[in-house]
Amino acid sequence: MRLEYDVAAGDFTRAGFASSSIKKALKQLGVSPAVVKRVVIAVYEAEVNIVAHANGGRITADIEPDGINVVLADTGPGIPDVEKAMQKGFSTASKEVREMGFGAGMGLPNIKENADSLRIETEVGKGTTLYIYIKF
Amino acid sequence: MTVREIAEKLNLRVFSGAEGLDREVSGGYVSDLLSDVMGFAKDGSVWVTLQTHKNVMAIATLKELAAVIIVKGFEPEDDAKEVSDEEGIPILGSGEQTFELAGRIYNLLNH
Repeated sequence: MRLEYDVAAGDFTRAGFASSSIKKALKQLGVSPAVVKRVVIAVYEAEVNIVAHANGGRITADIEPDGINVVLADTGPGIPDVEKAMQKGFSTASKEVREMGFGAGMGLPNIKENADSLRIETEVGKGTTLYIYIKF
Repeated sequence: MTVREIAEKLNLRVFSGAEGLDREVSGGYVSDLLSDVMGFAKDGSVWVTLQTHKNVMAIATLKELAAVIIVKGFEPEDDAKEVSDEEGIPILGSGEQTFELAGRIYNLLNH
């Protein structure tokens, strides 16, 4: 089962739409609540990162019998130093975004802690793609 | 204890989501950082915060929180109240600041 969503840059009013929809699908399929919680955290954080940092992107979730693959591809600034971006507390979010309570430098760490695997492909000036896998 | 009991005992204002007042409260979480709540709040908790925008409700919904309590007399934005009504997750308000309010909730839940 494949679910796809477009994510618009800067549109925080819709942030969480894709994660919410994926959550509903997983619940309907009877995936265990503990796993659904981890998927929700990882996908929400990655979705918000596209809204906050990129020029827009696309989320593709493939739900398979034994797990979920989520690919989040954006066009945007890319991440110059992935290792630094993975550190807790490091953020490049704008002042406005921080005032909303985002940009605490917890997004990527939250994704890493909740995913069974996380791969990041990024090119400065072009964009970033996250590959998240969580097994059921 | 239900959201309604907490609201009544602490004189909280109910801004929206009244349909969810009978939700059972299992604990509380205090934070104004959305990713902190996303990563660490437990379902069934009341979330005490000074954030007032719609994303608070996106998180409350995704995390299946019992209610959101906004401190210091701040009021939720209209689109946040809409989500609260749709999802039946109440937004409550207090004139108190976080420290005092969280202490009162802690006492209610632990006595």
